[in-house]
Amino acid sequence: MSGLLVPCHVKSTVALKVGDMRTSQGRPDVLVVDVTFPNVAPFELQEIMFKNYYTAFLSICVPQHTPLHTPSKWVTCLRDYCLMPDPHSEEGAQEYVSLFKHQMLCDMTRVLELRLILQQPSPLWLSFTVEEAQIYQQGPKSPSLTFPKWLSHPVSNEQPVPSLEGLPDPRVSSEVQQIWALTEMFRASHSYTRMGRFDMDGCYDLNLLSYT
Amino acid sequence: MLQEESDLSLVIAQIVQKLKGSNLYAQLERQAWACLQRPEIRLESLKEDIKEFFKISGWEKKLQNAVYSELNVYPLPSHPSAPPEHLKEPLVYMRKAQGSWEKRILKSLNSMCTELSIPLARKRPVGEQKELLNKWNEMGTDEPDLSLFRPVYAPKDFLEVLINLRNPNYENGDSLSFRTHLGLIQVPLKVKDIPELKECFVELGLTTGQLGIDDSTQVPPELFENEHVRIGQKVLVQQDSAAAQQYIRQGSPTALRAELWALILNISSQPEDVKLTASNDDYYFVFEDYLYQVLLCFSRDTSVLGHFAYNSASPPKSYIRGKLGLEEYAVFYPPNGVIPFHGFSMYVAPLCFLYHEPYKLYQIFREMYVRFFFRLHSISSHPSGIVSLCLLFETLLQTYLPQLFYHLREIGAQPLRISFKWMVRAFSGYLATDQLLLLWDRILGYNSLEILAVLAAAVFAFRAVNLMEVTSLAAAEAVLADLSTLKVMPLLQIFLFATVT
Repeated sequence: MSGLLVPCHVKSTVALKVGDMRTSQGRPDVLVVDVTFPNVAPFELQEIMFKNYYTAFLSICVPQHTPLHTPSKWVTCLRDYCLMPDPHSEEGAQEYVSLFKHQMLCDMTRVLELRLILQQPSPLWLSFTVEEAQIYQQGPKSPSLTFPKWLSHPVSNEQPVPSLEGLPDPRVSSEVQQIWALTEMFRASHSYTRMGRFDMDGCYDLNLLSYT
Repeated sequence: MLQEESDLSLVIAQIVQKLKGSNLYAQLERQAWACLQRPEIRLESLKEDIKEFFKISGWEKKLQNAVYSELNVYPLPSHPSAPPEHLKEPLVYMRKAQGSWEKRILKSLNSMCTELSIPLARKRPVGEQKELLNKWNEMGTDEPDLSLFRPVYAPKDFLEVLINLRNPNYENGDSLSFRTHLGLIQVPLKVKDIPELKECFVELGLTTGQLGIDDSTQVPPELFENEHVRIGQKVLVQQDSAAAQQYIRQGSPTALRAELWALILNISSQPEDVKLTASNDDYYFVFEDYLYQVLLCFSRDTSVLGHFAYNSASPPKSYIRGKLGLEEYAVFYPPNGVIPFHGFSMYVAPLCFLYHEPYKLYQIFREMYVRFFFRLHSISSHPSGIVSLCLLFETLLQTYLPQLFYHLREIGAQPLRISFKWMVRAFSGYLATDQLLLLWDRILGYNSLEILAVLAAAVFAFRAVNLMEVTSLAAAEAVLADLSTLKVMPLLQIFLFATVT
C-alpha cells in the first residue's frame, strides 16, 4: 500500500471462448478485464492490489507506446502469475494480493491502461474474478520508507561507501524505523483482550446472550 | 527482494508487538537494569555487553523460545488490506457458516435459561461463596443439581453442520465428475495425500527410532531408548523450545514428558496470577476435583480471548442487566468466550497424569487449547481445522482403501460418522492413556492435528478385514467400539510407510 491511489475504472469482464458461445458447453475459463484511468495522465505504476475470487492464474498486459494513429500493441508485463497453487481446491481462492513494479517484466513508468487476463482452468467453480482492484502510483518519498539509493538501484557498478569505524550502519536505522512504525500500527489494531474485562465494577449480572 | 524484506519486517513488527505486553519483556527490562551494576558492563559498549550478558545468563534463550512460540501459534500477518475477519478465516462462506452455528448455540443457551428461569450469570450470594471456598477441594463429589440442564451441543450435532457445509461457488451438482467425493464432507479444501504425509511426518519412518515402537520389551534399550533419553535430558538442560519440538517427534520418555511439553508450549515455571476465585492450598488429589477446578478457572480466564484473533469463532457477547445495547456495558460470556460442549473435559483429563501442581496443569491446558483444541470445534479452512481433518480422513480412506470405503458406504455406515467423535476429542477417552500421550507428543512435535485424521484412517485399515464383513452401521460401530488395546505408533507407521499404495 505504498504510494498514491490512482482512481481507476474497471470495465466489465469479457469472456474469451473458442467457437460459438451460444452452443458450446461449459463455462469460460479465460476472462479479460480492462482497467482504464480516465482523466489521469500516464503515471508510474507502483503497486496493484486486489482481492482474489477463485482466479487461478493472472496475466497483465499494458499497451506499448506507439506513435499516434497506429493501433497500440499490448505487451505482457506479468505472465501466468499463480494465485491458486491447486486450481481445484480452495487454497488462495479468496486471498488479498499485491503485485509490485519490480515483479513486472516491462517498463511501468508511463501506464495508460491495464489489461488483466484471468484464467481458471478448473471446471469445478461456477465463476471467478478479481475484486476491489486498486492501483497505486509512486508516492512522495517518506523518510521512514526509503531505502538508500545503492539498495534500490543494484545495477550501478559503484562500490557502496565503506562505513566509518564506530558509526552505526544507516541502513539498519532506516529498517528499524520502518519496523517501529509497523509496531505502532499493530498496537492500534483491534484486540479482543482489551475488551476482556471480567466484570463491570464488580457486577456480572447477565440475563441473556446477544445475537449481534 | 523488496517484497520479502517488507514481509519479514511485518512479521518482526507483529512479534515485537505481542512480546511487548508479556511478562518476559518486563523481566528482560529488569535484568538489563540490574546488570548495569556488573563490572563487565562498560558504557562504551553498553549494547553489546548487555547482549552478551543475556546470552550467557540464558535470557537470550528465553527470548528465542518466546519468539519461536509466537511463530508457531500466530498465523503470519496477512496482507495489510485484509480485514481482521480475514485472519480468522479467509473464506467468506465458512465465516458465515461459523456465524450461523454460533447463533444456534446462543439461541439454545438462551432458551434453556428462559425455560428454567435462571439468569446467565449472577454474583454468588455471600453464603454460597463461603460454601464454595470450603468445598473447593471436593467439588467433584458434591455437584449442584444439573439434572435439568442439557449439554449445549454434542459432537454429532456439530457433524451435521459440517456435512451441510457448501461453497456457493462450487459445482455441487449430482452428476459424477473426476472430483466426486463419496464421503460426507463436500467442500474442496486442500488435503495431503500419503506421499505428502510421508514427507511431512518423515521422523515416523521405518528407519527412525520411535518411542511407542522401539522401546517395547523385546527391543534392547541400547539400540535406541537409552540414547533417546540421554538426548532428551540434554534438550531440557539447554532449555531450547525448537530443539524440544524436533526431539518429541520421536516420542517423549515418560519421565521427561511433563517438562518437555512445558518447554515446547513455553510455559514459565513461575506460578502465574490466574484469576482464581478461591485459594488452592493443600488438596486431596482426585481427578474429578481437578477437572472441575481447571475448567471453572478456564471459563473465567480473559487472557484466552486473545486466541479469537486467529480462531474463526467469536466470543458470545452479553450486556450487564438493564444495559442492553450499551457498548460500555458489554461483556463476553463466558468471560473466556468459549462455550464448552459435551465431553469438553476430556481435553483436560489426560494432562492430569502429567501435572500435579494446579497452576502448571492449568497453564498447559490453556496453552494446548489456544494452540490446538479450539480448531476441533470451530468451522474453518485451516489445515488443522476439523473440516480439513474430516476431509483428510475420508480422502485417505477413499483413495487407499476404496473397497472398504465403498462397502461401508453401501451399508449406510459412512466412516466419518464413526471416526468423527475420535477426532473431535483428539482420541481422548478412546485410547489407553500411555498411547494417547504418545499421540499428543506428535501433535506438539509437528504443530499440527493432521495426525489425528491419519490415525483414524489407520485404525480403519487395521480393522478392515472385520469391517468388510459387517452389514450395518451398528455392527461397524461395534467393531470399532474398543480402541483401548491399540498401539498408535505401529499403526501410523504401517499406514504411512508400509502400505503398498
